[in-house]
Amino acid sequence: MKIGFYPGCSLKGTSREYNESVLALAKALDIQLEEIDDWNCCGATAAHSVNKELSLSLPARVLALAEHQGFKEIVVPCAACYNRLSTTQYELAQDEEKKKKVSEIIGMPYDGSVKILNVLQMLQKYSLDTIKSKIVKPFAYKVACYYGCLLVRPHKVLQFDRVEDPQVMDSMMSLIGATPIDWAFKTECCGGGFTESRTDIVAKLSGNVMKDVNDRGAEAVIVACPMCHSNLDMRRPEIDKYLGEDVKVPVLYITQAIGLALGIEPETLGLQRHFVKVNTI
Amino acid sequence: MSKIGVFICHCGENISATVDCQKVAEEVGKVEGVEFATDYKYMCSDPGQNLIKQAIKEHHLTGVVVGSCSPRMHEPTFRKTCASAGLNPFMCEVANLREQCSWVHEKGESTTEKAISLVKMLVEKVKKDQPLQSIEVPITKKALVIGGGIAGIQAALDIANCGHQVILVEKEPSIGGHMSQLSETFPTLDCSQCILTPRMVEVAQHPNITLYTYAELEKVEGSIGNFDVTIRLKAKSVDFSKCTGCGTCQQKCPQKKIPSEFNAGLGTRTAIYVPFPQAVPNKPVIDKEHCNYYQKGKCKLCSKVCPVGAIEYDKPDEFIKENVGAIVVTTGFNVLNTDFFPEYGYGKYKDVINGLQFERLASASGPTLGEIRRPSDGAIPKKIVFIACCGSRDPAKGIPYCSKICCMYTAKHAMLYQHKVHDGESYIFYMDVRATGKNYEEFVRRAIEEDGVKYVRGRVARVYEKNGKLIVKGADTLLGGQPVEIEADMVVLATAGVSNPGAEQLAQKMHISYDPYYFFSEAHPKLRPVETNTAGIFLAGACQSPKDIPDTVSMASGAAAKVAALFSQKNLVREPVIAVVNRCAPPVFSTCVGCFMCETACPYHAIEREDIKDRKGNVIKTVAKVNPGLCQGCGTCVAFCRSKSIDIQGFSNEEMYSEVVSLLNS
Amino acid sequence: MDNNNEFEPKIVAFVCNWCTYAGADLTGTSRIKYATNVKIVRFPCTGRIDFMLLLKAFAGGADGIIISGCHPNDCHYTSGNFHARRRWITFRHMLEILGVDVRRICFTWVSAAEGAKWADVVNDNVANIRKLGPYKEYTKVAQYFEKEAYNEQD
Repeated sequence: MKIGFYPGCSLKGTSREYNESVLALAKALDIQLEEIDDWNCCGATAAHSVNKELSLSLPARVLALAEHQGFKEIVVPCAACYNRLSTTQYELAQDEEKKKKVSEIIGMPYDGSVKILNVLQMLQKYSLDTIKSKIVKPFAYKVACYYGCLLVRPHKVLQFDRVEDPQVMDSMMSLIGATPIDWAFKTECCGGGFTESRTDIVAKLSGNVMKDVNDRGAEAVIVACPMCHSNLDMRRPEIDKYLGEDVKVPVLYITQAIGLALGIEPETLGLQRHFVKVNTI
Repeated sequence: MSKIGVFICHCGENISATVDCQKVAEEVGKVEGVEFATDYKYMCSDPGQNLIKQAIKEHHLTGVVVGSCSPRMHEPTFRKTCASAGLNPFMCEVANLREQCSWVHEKGESTTEKAISLVKMLVEKVKKDQPLQSIEVPITKKALVIGGGIAGIQAALDIANCGHQVILVEKEPSIGGHMSQLSETFPTLDCSQCILTPRMVEVAQHPNITLYTYAELEKVEGSIGNFDVTIRLKAKSVDFSKCTGCGTCQQKCPQKKIPSEFNAGLGTRTAIYVPFPQAVPNKPVIDKEHCNYYQKGKCKLCSKVCPVGAIEYDKPDEFIKENVGAIVVTTGFNVLNTDFFPEYGYGKYKDVINGLQFERLASASGPTLGEIRRPSDGAIPKKIVFIACCGSRDPAKGIPYCSKICCMYTAKHAMLYQHKVHDGESYIFYMDVRATGKNYEEFVRRAIEEDGVKYVRGRVARVYEKNGKLIVKGADTLLGGQPVEIEADMVVLATAGVSNPGAEQLAQKMHISYDPYYFFSEAHPKLRPVETNTAGIFLAGACQSPKDIPDTVSMASGAAAKVAALFSQKNLVREPVIAVVNRCAPPVFSTCVGCFMCETACPYHAIEREDIKDRKGNVIKTVAKVNPGLCQGCGTCVAFCRSKSIDIQGFSNEEMYSEVVSLLNS
Repeated sequence: MDNNNEFEPKIVAFVCNWCTYAGADLTGTSRIKYATNVKIVRFPCTGRIDFMLLLKAFAGGADGIIISGCHPNDCHYTSGNFHARRRWITFRHMLEILGVDVRRICFTWVSAAEGAKWADVVNDNVANIRKLGPYKEYTKVAQYFEKEAYNEQD
């Protein structure tokens, strides 16, 4: 069964290790991912901040390409791309006029029939039993599962998990032997796109997140979003400065955590690319 | 042969200023069937009415048409006039020459022409009118009150004090409702139980009131004046005729850790229990779902220790049938639990409680004997945050309405807390403060100015637990939306008032309407607040919408007054503007074919099925029959009937047809 | 509104007692003036209106018809106006198929508080029917059928 794969810009760039770990995990779980041909950027925050039509057309083109290339489902590991694609699909489904306009702009018919999955949904749907049967090294650590803003909100569009206290990653981590902690900043913002323009805000918001993680004694933070990862990981020096203490807790992608539990080599999962060393794991 | 009298009123100058009344009388007088026609300045006055009476007697009139103000004003007046002169009042019709003619048109020929055609229209109608008798429905002078909270108690006492029999049904083992759970009531800070229990005892001792507790309404049939109700008396497992209320069984019961409903889940009770010490009746029942005997077949300690052998296991529920003339619904409301709120922890934080739970903490008979203590560790909280409008006024949570009582009880809670914990700090996050009743605003002012309660205008985005404290993250909108973070020891949510579970089923049993939130609907929001659209069923209290105690008591007395008015008549007299299904001689019996489309149309369930039988008792055909006690006279069934077998008295097919034809011929 | 060479439409209004009739009374109490061409027939509820009566009105020479009742959800008898509305939708469709000029029938809701609206409804309808002219086609057909039915009796 082929699932379309939309890496998006960050998986090909700054979050290369997410891409590596998704592909490695998919291979280990016998999921065939095929990258959508000629995909374009989803627009992320930039498009929807400046031009409504652009913000709908960019994701619509990706979805239309997926339809034409015969994919019934696509997996979108980046939470922002997942959110943008899903929002576009939802909005165009409500409004025939918009749908027609967008089809004109992208120069190809758009149907809106592709099912969009984030990486958690893909694992939930196809691989839970497989994972369980293939565990060689249980991930026996206390983990803080961090969902960020975009994975579960807005609920009426995404219809995925509980909004204030999501559980999907937590239950997946339990499956591989981890102990997910109950903590207060599961869905609090990391600072998102302000990482360049207002790094001080990111330091404060991500700092608050890491403080709670540290106070509650978690040994790793698990994420499913490249932006969250880079804010919590790459911006650690700024966070440490804001908190006035050095927080050593590493940040792993869920796919990396599961990959480790299945015995995949850390290099294959891209762990060496992290700024905060993953040597405690 | 019709002999109709036509009387055109000038109404001072109101009609005559634009309509030539004399001409109208003259012209209509020429119509075939009109025996007498005249005009007069003030038809509704005594001399005017006497004019009509005289004419009826002198000219032996068979019908009267008065051209005057709107029938909505004086039709009853003129009908009474006719009745007193010996003419059937339903042979009198009123033409609207004022509101719908003289007042809305300029003086002129066309206005007078219109007046003439309107009067002629009603003359044609009167020719087809039939004399009708008011319908008398016998009334059983016994009332059923469903729900034994303060509304039910008040209504029951008021009706009983009028000398009528009342049956009061309550589903819990004791009457008292939510008011018995309160610690003190605003704005006087009266001890709730102290003012309630005398009434509860009065109900129990009143000679006219039959109290059934641990009982529910099973079925309602019949109509106003004559309801046949079936009540389920749930099996108590205790013989109340023997039980003395000594309480030994409760002391010995081994199941001690059942969460107490009366204490809103903060305290425990036993399986054989009385909900609270002042319960009426003060005799226990066995909760089958938690009893060792009923669940596992063991124990039976209570029966062993009972000094009078009052325990009787395995009795079935009993059903009793009663016939009552009126029903008052006072089933009350509920408040949301904390698990409704994902942003406040999905109910998992022990120290985040709702208003009712706080009442139990504050109450001297509560699980902490009146000391405000944290449910998690029993410590006295030094900082409490109260969050108002939890769920209420929130369309995103599906509750757009205001629950009315929370602003007041939150102020009360904060005040009680400050009185009990002198060095405590209390914060109330609010949207607005609604203190609309008598002395309510002063009460809230007292909380702020005398007791030092801190009001912060803004909502709370999240509450989470850290190191034994509850971190409350809100905003202060009066400071421009500044984020406010408070480390509280306890958080009290003023949760929305909602309908009781089972309200929908109860409403459907009784055929009363309810709104999208399952609160029962009143007949008219402004002018008929205690009646429902079902004749004979009245409403009072929070089952209609959340409200405080004074409003509940007023409403209950209002409903009782309606019941007393109903019972004060010998029979129920109703206007005969009702539908009738025709009956004729055998072998046809009725042109009705029994399709019962009319039954589907009737919003009052007034269409019944009648089996027409032969002498041996075999059913020949089943036809429709209108219950004259229930039919309200809308006529929807008449328009539905394909065979024109059902017609409505007063607006019959013949009458309406002749009106239309007359209008177009004149 | 008085006689001149202009054609004066004859319009019959079928209204419900509780809302529109009361609303028309309010128009009177407020002394708002409107055209004399509309004459009201009072029904207890729009649910009572048998729509065949509308055709009798046309046969009798009415040029236009107004039907008005309580707003949906406000019916004094709870659901009569819902039945009227449903009936009207089907009936109008049928009339269209038969070729009856449904532009001459106005189906509306006027509540007891909407005195001004009633005046507007009346004036708008009178103006509309005046533009459409007298409705002779239906009376011709009705008279023809009456004659046919009469002849058949022999």
